Amino acid sequence: MRRHLLSAADLSLEDATLVLDTAEELAQVSERTVKKLPTLRGRTVVNLFFEDSTRTRTSFELAAKRLSADVINFSAKGSSVSKGETLKDTALTLEAMGSDAVVIRHSWSGAPANLARWIRGSVVNAGDGTHEHPTQALLDAFTMRKRLGRIEGLAVTIVGDVLHSRVARSNVLLLSTLGADVTLVAPPTLLPVGVETWPASVSYDLDAVLPKSDVVMMLRVQRERMGPSGEKATAYFPSSREYSRRYGLDVRRALALADDAIVMHPGPMVRGMEIAPEVADGVRSTIVEQVANGVSVRMAVLYLLLGGAAPAIGAPDVGFDLAPPAPLTPPAQGRATPA
Amino acid sequence: MPDALAEAGVRPVSGDPDAARAVLSAADVGRVVDRMAHEVLEKTRGAGDVVLLGIPTRGTSLARRLAGRVEAFAGIAVPTGSLDITLYRDDLRLKSPRALEATDVPSDGIDGKLVVLVDDVLFSGRTVRAALDALADLGRPRAVQLAVLVDRGHRELPIRADYVGKNIPTSLRETVHVLLTEHDGRDAVLLGPAAPGRDGGSAS
Repeated sequence: MRRHLLSAADLSLEDATLVLDTAEELAQVSERTVKKLPTLRGRTVVNLFFEDSTRTRTSFELAAKRLSADVINFSAKGSSVSKGETLKDTALTLEAMGSDAVVIRHSWSGAPANLARWIRGSVVNAGDGTHEHPTQALLDAFTMRKRLGRIEGLAVTIVGDVLHSRVARSNVLLLSTLGADVTLVAPPTLLPVGVETWPASVSYDLDAVLPKSDVVMMLRVQRERMGPSGEKATAYFPSSREYSRRYGLDVRRALALADDAIVMHPGPMVRGMEIAPEVADGVRSTIVEQVANGVSVRMAVLYLLLGGAAPAIGAPDVGFDLAPPAPLTPPAQGRATPA
Repeated sequence: MPDALAEAGVRPVSGDPDAARAVLSAADVGRVVDRMAHEVLEKTRGAGDVVLLGIPTRGTSLARRLAGRVEAFAGIAVPTGSLDITLYRDDLRLKSPRALEATDVPSDGIDGKLVVLVDDVLFSGRTVRAALDALADLGRPRAVQLAVLVDRGHRELPIRADYVGKNIPTSLRETVHVLLTEHDGRDAVLLGPAAPGRDGGSAS
């Protein structure tokens, strides 16, 4: 049986705890002189990246290599995709070369779910459009647990461009599974339609929420998803300066935080926009830790999906589609409703 | 009795735990560990550079007990730790991925030390093979020795123990259970019949 990690909602409380516990042990490998385990020897992992990425792609690559898997890196630039090849044909080509798992990032929400119907291996969603980024949520949860010792009962505040953020969506789903209380803070224009159905509360007032937060997660304003030109981006808020003043984590706001509260950011960050450099580099910041933890968490996910006879985590197999697959959602234009 | 075993966290084993018979009593286990501690001291000439690494979960507790006895007899604090071998197993592909146990190597490391691996039962030898691979990734010990509470035979690899608590000749249909107070509420070694169609029981 194959299983996938397409959404943070694929993980039960037991699954998520197993991933975090496994990552905890695997983190030790990164501190050894020989940073390598033989566990996935002979397995092949394909990194299929249709969107630019620094940390996620290198993190998955390193995770797979530390477990001795063979890694094929594929990015849309410089591939047949630029000659007009479709996602399905690309996937089938890579599949024909014998991949056991495909890690995919795509600007289309739902691309990994479609991929899971076309290929034989496990699919890991490494970020699809404005939909989900489950391994980021796992590494965020791992970082919280490491810093604060628990996740259950934590007050987690996610601030910024929730509308376009797959990180926010995956975090809300995973953190509610793990028992944290999530509050989303954003201007009304940057909240998705239907946010009231999410397992999270919503506020427009950052200053009121900060003193009660154990964790503050700042999100980048994703201008690249706000329409074709940079000028259109201003439609979501009057100006960068005003956004920064109302929703940015500056030094004054950071002083309002509880003593042991931590500040997180999934990266890449825009210093001076959503977060002040002094806060990003401060003692509360876990931004660099998050990157290091990402490797351990992704090792855990790959081990639990590929390490044994059958995967130990993830969504049940959706099966193969013989009928033509449903059309994919195009990238969000304007106030698109995320899936 | 079956419930007591289940509550004590005994790994799924014998078809009929009632049929399990004690090969070593609690007092026997204590005496055996005492003797093994003396043997370690004797064979390593005072245990000066010894590091005791237990294979989870019961091996780790046994390593701690051995260190405690060595300290009581010779006044030497022997560094102890645990070495999880899950990711080095040769049967990973046969089962679902397992949860990992703790690996905890003493802060001074194992380079140039005499590492004594400690496990509860020596069976096929495959666990020890995996442990040797894991050790090689952690450093380069001066030498590696093996201490087991029970050697039940049926080796599938050319591996032997340097310190053996008790040799228990078994058939492949039998299971050996090591119970330790830390995990099971009491000390004992039990020998019981295996469930039909299954080879062996406890750790190899």
